[in-house]
Amino acid sequence: MIGGIGGIGGIGGMGGAGSVGGYGDHGIWRRRLASLRRLDWTLILVVFALSVVGALLVRSATFQLLTEQGKDPEAFFKRHLLNLVIGFVLGGVATVLDYRLLRAYVPILYVLACVGLVLVLTPVGSTINGSHSWIVIGGGFQIQPSEFAKVGLVVLLAMLLGEPRDGEVGPGRRDILLALGLAGIPAVLIMMQPDLGTTLVFCATVLGVLAVSGVRKRWLTGLVGGAALAAFSAWFFGLLKPYQLARFTAFIDPSADPRGAGYNAQQARIAVGSGGVTGKGLFQGEQTGGHFVPEQQTDFIFTVAGEELGFLGAAVIIILLGVVFWRGLRIATQAADFFGTLVATGVVCWMGFQTFENVGMTLGIMPITGLPLPFVSYGGSATFANMIALGLLQAVHVRRRAFD
Amino acid sequence: MNSRTHFRLVVLYVLVGAMLLVLMGRLWTMQVLDGAHYRQIAAENRTRDIVVPAVRGMILDGSGRALVRNRTALVVSVDRTALARQKDKGKGVLDRLARTLGTSRADLEKRIRLCGPTVKRPCWPGSPYQPIPVDDRVDPKRALQIMERQEEYPGVTAAVQPVREYPEPEGAAAVQALGYLQPITQEELDKRKGLKVTGYSGVDLIGRDGLEATYDSDLRGEPGFRKVLVDSQGRVTGTAQEKSPIPGGNLVTSLDAKVQEAAEKALENGIKSARSQGRKADSAAAVVMDVQTGRVVALASYPTYDPAIWTGGISEDEYEGLLGKKKGEPLISRATQGQFAPASTFKIATLTGAIADGYDLHGTYSCPGSYMVGSRAFRNFEGQAHGSMNLHRALVVSCDTIFYKFAYEAWLRDGGMKPKKKPADPMVTMIRKWGFGSRTGIDVPGETPGRIPDRQWKRDYWNATKNADCKAAKEGYPDLERKDPGRAAYVKKIAAENCLEGFAWRAGDAANLAIGQGDMLVTPLQLTRAYAAVANGGRLVVPRIAQAVVRPDGSVARRIDTPKAQRLPVDPKVLKYIRDSLADVPKSGTARGAFAGFDLKKVAVAGKTGTAEVWGKDDTSWFASYGPADKPRFAVVAMFSQGGTGGGLAAPAVREIWEAMYGLGGKKPALKDGKLPATLPKLGIGSGGVTGRAGTGAPS
Repeated sequence: MIGGIGGIGGIGGMGGAGSVGGYGDHGIWRRRLASLRRLDWTLILVVFALSVVGALLVRSATFQLLTEQGKDPEAFFKRHLLNLVIGFVLGGVATVLDYRLLRAYVPILYVLACVGLVLVLTPVGSTINGSHSWIVIGGGFQIQPSEFAKVGLVVLLAMLLGEPRDGEVGPGRRDILLALGLAGIPAVLIMMQPDLGTTLVFCATVLGVLAVSGVRKRWLTGLVGGAALAAFSAWFFGLLKPYQLARFTAFIDPSADPRGAGYNAQQARIAVGSGGVTGKGLFQGEQTGGHFVPEQQTDFIFTVAGEELGFLGAAVIIILLGVVFWRGLRIATQAADFFGTLVATGVVCWMGFQTFENVGMTLGIMPITGLPLPFVSYGGSATFANMIALGLLQAVHVRRRAFD
Repeated sequence: MNSRTHFRLVVLYVLVGAMLLVLMGRLWTMQVLDGAHYRQIAAENRTRDIVVPAVRGMILDGSGRALVRNRTALVVSVDRTALARQKDKGKGVLDRLARTLGTSRADLEKRIRLCGPTVKRPCWPGSPYQPIPVDDRVDPKRALQIMERQEEYPGVTAAVQPVREYPEPEGAAAVQALGYLQPITQEELDKRKGLKVTGYSGVDLIGRDGLEATYDSDLRGEPGFRKVLVDSQGRVTGTAQEKSPIPGGNLVTSLDAKVQEAAEKALENGIKSARSQGRKADSAAAVVMDVQTGRVVALASYPTYDPAIWTGGISEDEYEGLLGKKKGEPLISRATQGQFAPASTFKIATLTGAIADGYDLHGTYSCPGSYMVGSRAFRNFEGQAHGSMNLHRALVVSCDTIFYKFAYEAWLRDGGMKPKKKPADPMVTMIRKWGFGSRTGIDVPGETPGRIPDRQWKRDYWNATKNADCKAAKEGYPDLERKDPGRAAYVKKIAAENCLEGFAWRAGDAANLAIGQGDMLVTPLQLTRAYAAVANGGRLVVPRIAQAVVRPDGSVARRIDTPKAQRLPVDPKVLKYIRDSLADVPKSGTARGAFAGFDLKKVAVAGKTGTAEVWGKDDTSWFASYGPADKPRFAVVAMFSQGGTGGGLAAPAVREIWEAMYGLGGKKPALKDGKLPATLPKLGIGSGGVTGRAGTGAPS
């Protein structure tokens, strides 16, 4: 634990040495120490705790199957630890960077994200679990651009909506339409993968940032109404893939097709429900050991927590995530500038919705989509994106208003 | 920060908080409130019940020789539901399996399709939810290949299973008596309590005919089960609970393999000889019964078939060969299900009817060549006149005209064509007492009751046929007229007669009944029992094939007693008179030729021949006998449909059986001291069906 934090500090220092920071005059070391103290340590500790728990759950979800397959039972665990280390490094870099300078790079980031999302749809991309969401680099590495696009979206929205014209309370109509338009392009590209879950995360984030940016209420109601209309017509004109529809019907009645679409939902509920108050013990889950729940190390990681750690353990995870959102919103409130507020808001909306959707689907109150649980699920791109977002929060926090 | 942003951030706080509360609430409901429910589902989820079938009991003869036993076989089965779950509906799996088994996918698909009204065999008549055996003669190497590469053969299992085997001890097959097994249907499965079969085949066979059907619950035993732990792929990871199966009991019958073989051989020889004389000889039956107890020693029927075809699925061709009319419908046991006119063998019963009607047992009666029944002359067999004689001689030479007289006079006393309100019908009344017209109650299913063509039957029959007859009476038979005008005119006249008064009990009907001709039908088993009653002094026994159910450890599970015999309302003196008469039939009567050279001093056989005329067909040949005449032990009856005279065909066949039983004519005696074993055979441990494991089928 201590080593991990030390690592962040060290990276921060190295970043500074690269003279990227904005405090490049006197007393550089003193200020650096001061900014280290200004970090939101609660947030770091909570995320670290979630990461440790997540790593253990990933191990529990995979070691049995890997053993049966004659592979290294710790392969996923080790890989995840490596991902976490890289993630913390990326987060550290994001912390040290002056997020305000990011604005200059947003267009480049945006274009990169869109190029990535387009590439995914070309033969370069690979299909995993029905979604064309991955670019396989080789050597066992693969990138999921849509995860990074979430970071890009947050920064883009903050830039477009975070600088209201003089005398305006919120962003003007042009800003809003531009934001919607620019957010819409990657959203449509992600929808084409098809990745409904991430698209919904995009919508939630756009809506949340728009709301906090101070747009008039009629914009919000109009958008929600428009989204409802779009959802209805997607269903009505058959734009949804059959499996997506099936997931929704399975969500309503999981026993309808227990071997098909309802299987995941039902097995997830059984795993969580059978955990009881105290759970069956880490690595002791029978449903987990028998790998009844598919995608258990990624989208259904929460079922491992539910079965093995029980209500007490699963509730702690939810509370820890709640602390993350609380700290995020606190950072939004205390940010030095509006851009920072919106960046923090965007990150909270993104992760908040993603958490609700992910946990909700394992508990059978949300339809099944392919979304990881922030900071807990296995997955390199997701871990990296989450940690960069964490870094952005810290960056905003470090540069907060000086009243406290 | 402006106030609107601040307010909306507060709203976001609340939203996030609410969201987390919802998740916590739901988590609490699922894990704490409904936890027990989910734990139970989880347990069911992780386990599969595998039925471990009990080894089915053997069927043995009275000396302990196995007529049916089990052999272990590697059976490859296919699970339809698992196939349907494949992307290509299992085509790939079946292709690979067909290559491994050396057959074609089309063939496998035929075997696993469900039987229906329009689906021809091969097809699966059992439950669609259980694995369907497609091959029970796989060599172990290939079976191992299937088991080891389960990922290539999802839904396919290979398991060691007991399979029925018919060793035919001493050459005795007794197929119709033994019956056969067939897959249980879904309805039967649902009815059967406490046996929910999942993931196993072979256990779900049920006795469909013969002893296998009657004693199914004794033979089947009690299947055990194994609760195994499985992962999501259905791979077994351990055993949670186990209950061993209780093997089925062995059924000891009173059949004697050697006598049975002799009976089967006698039928085969008889058929051969009749056919060599240009007769059709389409079917035959023979019964050997212990006259004192009703225990059946042999029950043979011709045509027969090889029972081995039942295992491993039966093909369309084989099925046609079994049930098809072309092959003579060998599934039908002629001994219990065949119904034929008994002809003169029937006279033992009609004679007692006449005596009960008041005729003098010791009187003298004339036996002319023909007798006028009303306006029609009823002729003796081959028109022979024998002059005056007593009833003893009437039986020995089989005089018909005396019996016409008995029947005609009784008919007249009942009012003739204008019958009394309550006609006495002495013959019909007595025949019924002899057990004709109703089932004997033997312990195999499907027995037929035969037919007594009495007044009621005539009326029912007329009601059913009068329309056709009246039409034919008007229009005649144009087709027949072109070929044979004389015959056409004759049948037209008959039709006209039937149309007008077919309901009536006519003098001719009574006369025909008296000599067991016309519409009177009996089964060979009924006739055997009647002769047993003559032999044992008037007790109408209930035939039984099974004697006892013996557990595999040798202890007796239950004895199968013969029901109490009914007494014939016939004076023992009359029966003695009949016995004395029948003893002379092989010596000097109609069976004299057939028993020439037979050592009657050693085994005094008494009997009666019968030759039934069947309209449009060859004669039915009968010989009904019992012996030894001084101390009767067995009744032996043989019947050949379309075989010729009783003395010429059935009597020699019966002689063959007697010779085999007592070791005459240079044969080895089948029975020790001419008796059946007095005690049940000793069956030691290990003499039971199959040893070794059974049921290692992986769950689907």
